[in-house]
Amino acid sequence: MAIIDNLQKISDTVWELPPTYKDGMRVPARIIGTEKLVREMDEAVYQQISNVATLPGITRYALCMPDGHSGYGFPIGGVAAMDVHEGGVISPGGIGFDINCGMRLITTNLTLDDVKPRLKEIVDLLFERVPAGVGGHGFLKLSRDDFRDLVEQGARWCVEHDYGWTEDLELTEENGCISGADASKISERAIDRGYNQVGTLGSGNHYLEVQVAHPEHVRDSELAAKFGITIPNQIVVMFHCGSRGFGHQVATDYLQTFLKVMEPKYGIKILDRELACAPFESPQGRDYFAAMKCGLNMSFANRQVILHRIREVFSEVFGRSAEDLEMRMVYDVAHNTAKLEKHKLDSRERTLLVHRKGATRAFGPGHAEVAARYREIGQPVIIGGSMETGSYLLVGTASGAETFFSTAHGSGRIMSRTKARKQWHGKQLQRDLETRGIYVRSTSWAGLAEEAGPAYKDIDEVIAATEFAGISKPVARFTPIGNVKG
Amino acid sequence: MPYHYLEEIGTADIAFEATGRDLLELFMATADATMNVMIDNLDAIEPRETRHIELVNDKLDMLLFDFLQELIYFKDAEQLLLRVREVSIDEKDGEFFLKAKTAGEPLDAARHHQRADVKAVTLHDFSVEKQDEGWKARVLLDI
Repeated sequence: MAIIDNLQKISDTVWELPPTYKDGMRVPARIIGTEKLVREMDEAVYQQISNVATLPGITRYALCMPDGHSGYGFPIGGVAAMDVHEGGVISPGGIGFDINCGMRLITTNLTLDDVKPRLKEIVDLLFERVPAGVGGHGFLKLSRDDFRDLVEQGARWCVEHDYGWTEDLELTEENGCISGADASKISERAIDRGYNQVGTLGSGNHYLEVQVAHPEHVRDSELAAKFGITIPNQIVVMFHCGSRGFGHQVATDYLQTFLKVMEPKYGIKILDRELACAPFESPQGRDYFAAMKCGLNMSFANRQVILHRIREVFSEVFGRSAEDLEMRMVYDVAHNTAKLEKHKLDSRERTLLVHRKGATRAFGPGHAEVAARYREIGQPVIIGGSMETGSYLLVGTASGAETFFSTAHGSGRIMSRTKARKQWHGKQLQRDLETRGIYVRSTSWAGLAEEAGPAYKDIDEVIAATEFAGISKPVARFTPIGNVKG
Repeated sequence: MPYHYLEEIGTADIAFEATGRDLLELFMATADATMNVMIDNLDAIEPRETRHIELVNDKLDMLLFDFLQELIYFKDAEQLLLRVREVSIDEKDGEFFLKAKTAGEPLDAARHHQRADVKAVTLHDFSVEKQDEGWKARVLLDI
C-alpha cells in the first residue's frame, strides 16, 4: 500500500500525521514502525489514530505501535496519555472490551529432549484442563460474593486460596492486584457473565503454548539468564488471555454510560462512538476507572488460575512437583489497560492516564514500578507471535519515554478473519503444522484457520522495529512446539 | 442468508451486513449473523429452552445494539446459544419497545461447531438504515 501524502517521515521508525491532517486534532499522531510495516497498515489506522488525537487532555502524541492495525475507537496498538489535571478523559475504546488482555510466561528446567516424547500427552491434558472456546466455564466454583472478592483482590485472592506461589505475585504487574478496584461499581450482569469463567482461555487469538528457547535464538544471554532462560533448548510456557465475559460487560456498560453524559453533560464531541469517554475527574470517569480495575484484577486472577492448572498438568505428566520442575513465572504483562503513571514531560513531572490498547508497558532499568528483582535491568515484555512463527521476551529501555514507555503487544494481524477463513482450512492446517513439529489442539477448526501464520505480520520485523525505535530490546525468541487454541 | 461477512473491515474482529424486508427480519438476521460467528452449524441449535427479551430504547440502532448484547450475555451467563423465534418492535412517544422470544440450548461441543467467541458488539460504523426496499444494518463484533 502506498504511504499517504500527509504522513511525514520523522525518522526510519517514526511517521507523523500533523494536526493539520484532520479538524480537531490536538496533537500529532505518530506511527512507530519500519517503512515495510507502515506500508502494510490498513488506511483505517490513520483515521483511527488521528481520531484519538482529538480527545480532550491528550498529551504530546497519539501513538500507534509497530504491530498496529485497525480496531474500533482506538486502533489496536494505540497509546494515548491524558493529563488528568487538564481535563483528560478516560475511554473504554482506548482500553478494549477485553480489559487486561495480557501475556504470562513461565520457565521450566525441562529441555526439548525431555518434552518431545510427551508433547501430545502434555498438550492434550492442557486442552482438557484449561477450558477454551465459546463461553466456557472454569473448574473454580465461586459464589457471587467470592467473585466480588476476587475482582477486588486479583491474583492475590488466588494465591491465598492455594492457586499459586507467593513469588508469582511479585512477578505480575501491580503484584497481581491493582489497588482501587471497587466491586460496587460493576453491574450484576457483569458478574453473571464472569463468575463461572475464572480459569478459562477464551477464543479468537487467545492461546496457551509450549515453546522452546533454542540457543541460537537467545539474543542476550546475560539478560536471558536473569529472566531464567539458562539451559540450551529450554522449555517455556506462554499464554494469552484476558478478563473474559466479565471485562467485556464492564466495558459495554460504561460505553453506554459515557454515551449518555459525554456531550450533554461534559460538552465532549467525538468522531466515533467507540471513543465515548468522560473526564477522568468526573463521577462517571472515576466509576469506570474503579470498575475497569476489577476487570484488571479478574484477568490477573484468570491467568493465575490457568498457571496453577499448567503446573498441575506438567507435574502429572512428569511425575515431579512443579517446584521440582522449577516452573517459575518470568512475568505477567497487561496489554489492554489505562493506568495512572507519572511521566516527565518538558522537564516537569505530570500525572497521566496512559491508555494502552494492544500495547505493552515497557519501563526501562531503574523504574520504581518494575518488579524488585528486575529493577536494575528493566521490565520484561512478552510479545506473542502467531502459532506458526514464534514469540519473544524483551526488556524495556530507558529510551522509551517518547512512547510513554510502551511497545508492541503481538505480531499484529494483516488479514481479516473472514478472509483468512477462506484461504485456509483448520484440519489441513493442523496436519501441516504437525509435520513441522507443532502439535495444535483447538475447539474450532474455523477459528484455527483464522489464526494461520500468514494472517499476521512478520513478528521478526515487528520486534526489529521496536528495537530500532528504542522502545524495547529483544532478549530471546521462542519457537512453538505445542499449542492450545480457543 | 440475509447477511454476509465483510472481508475488508475489522482486521482482528468480524464485521457483517444484514438486511430484512422489515425491522423484524432485520433483527432476526443480525441475531443469526452474530450467533453464526460463534457457531458454524446454526441448524444444530435445538430449541429446548426459551428466553424472553424485553428492551426499550429511544434510538433504533441502540435498540439493536442492546438486543445483540442480550444474546452475548446469555452465551456467557448460561452457556445458552439462542435463536430468535418471534420479535415485535413498537414505536410509541419517541421510544422503541422490543419484545422477543428466543429459543436454544446450552453449548454442546460435540454437536455445535464452534468458530470464535464474541466479546462484544462494538459501535464502530454501527448502523441501521432504512433503504428503498427494507432495512440494512452494519455491525462489527469484537472477537
